[in-house]
Amino acid sequence: MVRSESSHEAREVLDADDVQRALTRIAHEVLERNKGAQSVVLLGIPSRGVPLAQRLATRIGEVEGRAVPVGSLDITMFRDDLRMRPARGLGRTELPDGGIDDAVVVLVDDVLYSGRTIRAALDALSELGRPQSVQLAVLVDRGHRQFPIRADYVGKNLPTSTRETVQVLVSELDGSDAVLIGGTEGDDSADPSGEQGGSV
Amino acid sequence: MTNTTSPADVLIKGASLLGAEVSDLLIVDGVIAAIGADAARATGSDCQTVDAYGLVALPGLVDLHTHLREPGREDAETVASGSAAAAVGGFTAVHAMANTDPVADTAGVVEQVWHLGRRAGLCDVHPVGAVTLGLGGTELAELGAMAESAARVRVFSDDGKCVSDAVLMRRALEYVKALDGVVAQHAQEPRLTEGAQMNEGAVSAVLGLRGWPAVAEESIIARDVLLAGHVGSRLHVCHVSTAGSVEILRWAKGRGVDVTAEVTPHHLFLTDEHVRTYDPRFKVNPPLRTQEDVDAVRRGLADGTIDAIATDHAPHSIEDKDCEWAAAAMGMVGLETALGVAAAAMVDTGLLDWAGMADRMSVRPARIGRLDGQGRPLNVGEPANLVLVDTGTRYSVDPQSMQSRSRNTPYAGVELTARPVATYLRGRLTASEGSARR
Amino acid sequence: MTRHLLSAADLSLDDATLILDTADELARVSDRPVKKLPTLRGRTVVNLFFEDSTRTRISFEAAAKRLSADVINFSAKGSSVSKGESLKDTALTLEAMGADAVVIRHPASGAPHTLAHSGWIGGSIVNAGDGTHEHPTQALLDAFTMRRHLSTISGRKVVIVGDVLHSRVARSNVLLLATLGAEVTLVAPPTLLPVGVGQWPCEHSYDLDASLVGADVVMMLRVQRERMNAAFFPSVREYSRRYGLDADRMSRLADHAIVMHPGPMNRGLEITAAVADSDRAVIIEQVTNGVSVRMAVLYLLLGGSDSALGGDQ
Repeated sequence: MVRSESSHEAREVLDADDVQRALTRIAHEVLERNKGAQSVVLLGIPSRGVPLAQRLATRIGEVEGRAVPVGSLDITMFRDDLRMRPARGLGRTELPDGGIDDAVVVLVDDVLYSGRTIRAALDALSELGRPQSVQLAVLVDRGHRQFPIRADYVGKNLPTSTRETVQVLVSELDGSDAVLIGGTEGDDSADPSGEQGGSV
Repeated sequence: MTNTTSPADVLIKGASLLGAEVSDLLIVDGVIAAIGADAARATGSDCQTVDAYGLVALPGLVDLHTHLREPGREDAETVASGSAAAAVGGFTAVHAMANTDPVADTAGVVEQVWHLGRRAGLCDVHPVGAVTLGLGGTELAELGAMAESAARVRVFSDDGKCVSDAVLMRRALEYVKALDGVVAQHAQEPRLTEGAQMNEGAVSAVLGLRGWPAVAEESIIARDVLLAGHVGSRLHVCHVSTAGSVEILRWAKGRGVDVTAEVTPHHLFLTDEHVRTYDPRFKVNPPLRTQEDVDAVRRGLADGTIDAIATDHAPHSIEDKDCEWAAAAMGMVGLETALGVAAAAMVDTGLLDWAGMADRMSVRPARIGRLDGQGRPLNVGEPANLVLVDTGTRYSVDPQSMQSRSRNTPYAGVELTARPVATYLRGRLTASEGSARR
Repeated sequence: MTRHLLSAADLSLDDATLILDTADELARVSDRPVKKLPTLRGRTVVNLFFEDSTRTRISFEAAAKRLSADVINFSAKGSSVSKGESLKDTALTLEAMGADAVVIRHPASGAPHTLAHSGWIGGSIVNAGDGTHEHPTQALLDAFTMRRHLSTISGRKVVIVGDVLHSRVARSNVLLLATLGAEVTLVAPPTLLPVGVGQWPCEHSYDLDASLVGADVVMMLRVQRERMNAAFFPSVREYSRRYGLDADRMSRLADHAIVMHPGPMNRGLEITAAVADSDRAVIIEQVTNGVSVRMAVLYLLLGGSDSALGGDQ
């Protein structure tokens, strides 16, 4: 899914160390805001949100001295643009053993763009249980929201044009960590509804 | 009725006779009056001239196996519409099969069909008489009465059904000897083909369609040639479709059995691979067979083991074909594509030349049907039954332009080269450029 | 793209794997308190059944409903509608009603094919069993069940026993399992194997006991008693003795081997009660898995702007 062909003109805006630092900061913010991690459940949105959530869970666990529940939440079936593209395979939805009822669910994604993914995630979440509250952590917020949605934790605010592409690489899937910004890429990048994972 | 006035004299210029010598040909009073340099000299003042340079002239085609559907299924075809289709296809005589409603098993019905053919006037319509009453396979129909009727029936067939009772078949073979007739057998062992939908083999196994095994045809042909040999009768085998059938016929002819056989254009051209589409236009009886069978019937036709090409023109209404395979009727129209398809199978492949085609599509079928004045050589003094064939232009089969009332052709869009462009029945133009001249 | 699922042969290895993987995810939905996804909201799925098959119909119905599709059940069984005219008229009616998918069960082999290529109807056609031709979703649920128990299908030895001649389940299974890399052996009396079976991508045998050696999966097919009257076999007793699966034969299977049956079973004919009710039998699981697999098929055919199947991956 990584559009490597665009990377010849892509510019690195966060390197591996920047990504590490951003995640560490977010981990602390989550703890601070929730006064610990007692009822926190991290849910990554496939595909790149999942390893990011796992890393956050590790960092929070190190600070707190105990494991934080982490899982994944696939939103494919809840997308409002399903009918605009061919059907595609599903990601994995995997809830931690305790479920999400009465938990503080922190959704984790790589890029926040139009907000449609998060809207779908909220729908998907409501089918799985009733959390006490839902928060959102993203590595990059590139603006251009189409829904009244904001992130609670942001690794990097990245002002972009809709004609640019933002690509997040994570070592678990891509071999290295980085955030790249690419040049104008034609029509699909001009449509901010198509945000998901590293291909946006 | 028709032809009360003599047609005008016609001078056909530059036709290639049987695909060989290029010559003029003069028709006067429905008879070939002159050939060659004499033809133009003998021309009178009111003579119509036809430019036939580049066209092949053949004797008018004779079909041993046509379903005209009248009486009973006039929605699918009538004697008149079928005659028009025949004329367009280059035929000057057809044999109308007996499986009408009522069945052509009495002198009355065969005379009715014969009269309808005369009234249409586009080709000679020779009714085939049923062998058994109502095609029931149990009692002989009045074969003598049909033979002596105005229709002068010589070919008897229960086509669509097999005369499977060995004793009844023996009696029929014996009985028609007195009439100079022939029994044309639809060779299909009924028990082996109950509910059969297509050729039994690799394709039927995959498609889950009940198989029609080759042995069901071959076993009946084997039995019948032995019977015909035993009682010294003449036997004709309809629509031979399998390699095994060709072998049996070759063996029987080698033993001196008086057997003739026909093959359809579709069995020369199409295989059961087409059934993979589940398109009912490919549903026919006997079913389309394998490439091996197609190769064998082509060779059999080329070496004379199979005597004739016969269309088995089987018109069906749209409702009977616009449905799932199992519910569809069997059969395909064929009169208007017969020459083109047969030429693609035999001439384009070098297996037969045009003289050979004339022999298989005109001379021999006329002889088998005991027809006078059909299937004659292109000689001075012979009746002017002939067809001019364009052999040099590729064209695509268009069902919508057909004269038949039905459109169930499997050849829509298929590219062919040989096309009948003018048909003359005793000197009168019955069809030209795809339209019948009523 | 393939808009239709007519034959297991339509599925590439990638397609089949995508369906099975998707079904895996969807199976988890069935374990949740809310067994429903909004994916096919506003889409209409018609179950067009020209033959009685309650189990297949309710499986498709449950699958479509869990994806929030509107489901219309159209039972067209009856003597007067066995004519082709009716298939066309029914199709035109469904088209007028705006069916996005038609799940069709028909006694005539190829009827789904005819529907898909007739131009009568624009929606996706899913073959839910046609005559003695195919039943591709059955093969998919069988493969899904095998994968769950054996983890992989490639290289596994699958023995399919019974009336192959008249079995749409066998045809679809042979095709799909060949695509997935299994080694399939069909076992039946010679009368119940089609002429031409030698060209299928599998082995065949007349000897059940020899074929069971090393089997990972034994799939028993339903044998109808009326076949006896058509001389396919002499008696039920002889059939059971030669081709039935009983406790003795089952005891010779490897520990991990499973026993499958597409249902409905003729207990005492092709399978004994002891086998059908044993731990090795995964017959009820097959039914459960049917819903997940059919959800996956409906989702992949209808969920997007275009089918996810048949692409050139």
